[in-house]
Amino acid sequence: MLVYLTLVKIPSILNKNKKKQDNNYVKKFKDKLILILSGIAIGIANGFFGGGGGMICVPLLEKVLKIDNKKSHSTALAVMLPITLLSAIIYILKVSISWDIFGIVCGGFVLGGLAGAILLNKLNGKIVRFIFILIILAAGIRLLI
Amino acid sequence: MEIALYIIFGILGGIVGGMGMGGGTLLIPLLTIFLSVEQKVAQGINLLVFLPMAVVALIIHFKNKMVVTKGIWWIIIPGVLSSVGFAFLASLLNGDVLKNLFGSYLILIAVYEVCSLIFEK
Repeated sequence: MLVYLTLVKIPSILNKNKKKQDNNYVKKFKDKLILILSGIAIGIANGFFGGGGGMICVPLLEKVLKIDNKKSHSTALAVMLPITLLSAIIYILKVSISWDIFGIVCGGFVLGGLAGAILLNKLNGKIVRFIFILIILAAGIRLLI
Repeated sequence: MEIALYIIFGILGGIVGGMGMGGGTLLIPLLTIFLSVEQKVAQGINLLVFLPMAVVALIIHFKNKMVVTKGIWWIIIPGVLSSVGFAFLASLLNGDVLKNLFGSYLILIAVYEVCSLIFEK
């Protein structure tokens, strides 16, 4: 009995634990790899196209870091801020931004942002998203022609 | 008249952004198609208008403990590095080439959005 325990049972338990740890380790490694690669993709969206990184960021936070939907939206802002700040600095240095246009658009954007936050609960999200998809699809095709 | 359009497009971008749907992807094409703002300038403006909104919103979110900081550096550090590199690359590219690439990018996002709308149902 004792021999059985020491020779078969204990090693098998240890082995099982070890295997579990290995799996955990692999999973953690995989998660980190996904986070790093997605970070690079977010950087491409924001640096190269000047926006849209948040669209990658929110589902990433939800699925990989298991943050709930509401918190993943606010956390995405915290992720996007330093990334956007740095790429904005490059644009200021390398592209001549027209500050008059920026001032006017920025004023409207803040107003719209407040309106959007208030309207969020009142409008049908799916319909708004559908309109949004139609507009960017039309714009995309227009830019290609 | 043009000033009114700038304000209206700003408001539209802000509404979509405030609803958490990527206001930038709307603001940039509005500026380039209807007001013939240069593609790179529109991109730069979009990045810049995000900043004040994000700062204000984040102060509120941090106070309400709505921000999770665990693990986010694994995204932020590679994100910052690649965004700086690709911003440089964009600044070197011809504006028309960038416009075409951006058009494809918008279509890609639209397709992705359609898929996620379907999967949610």
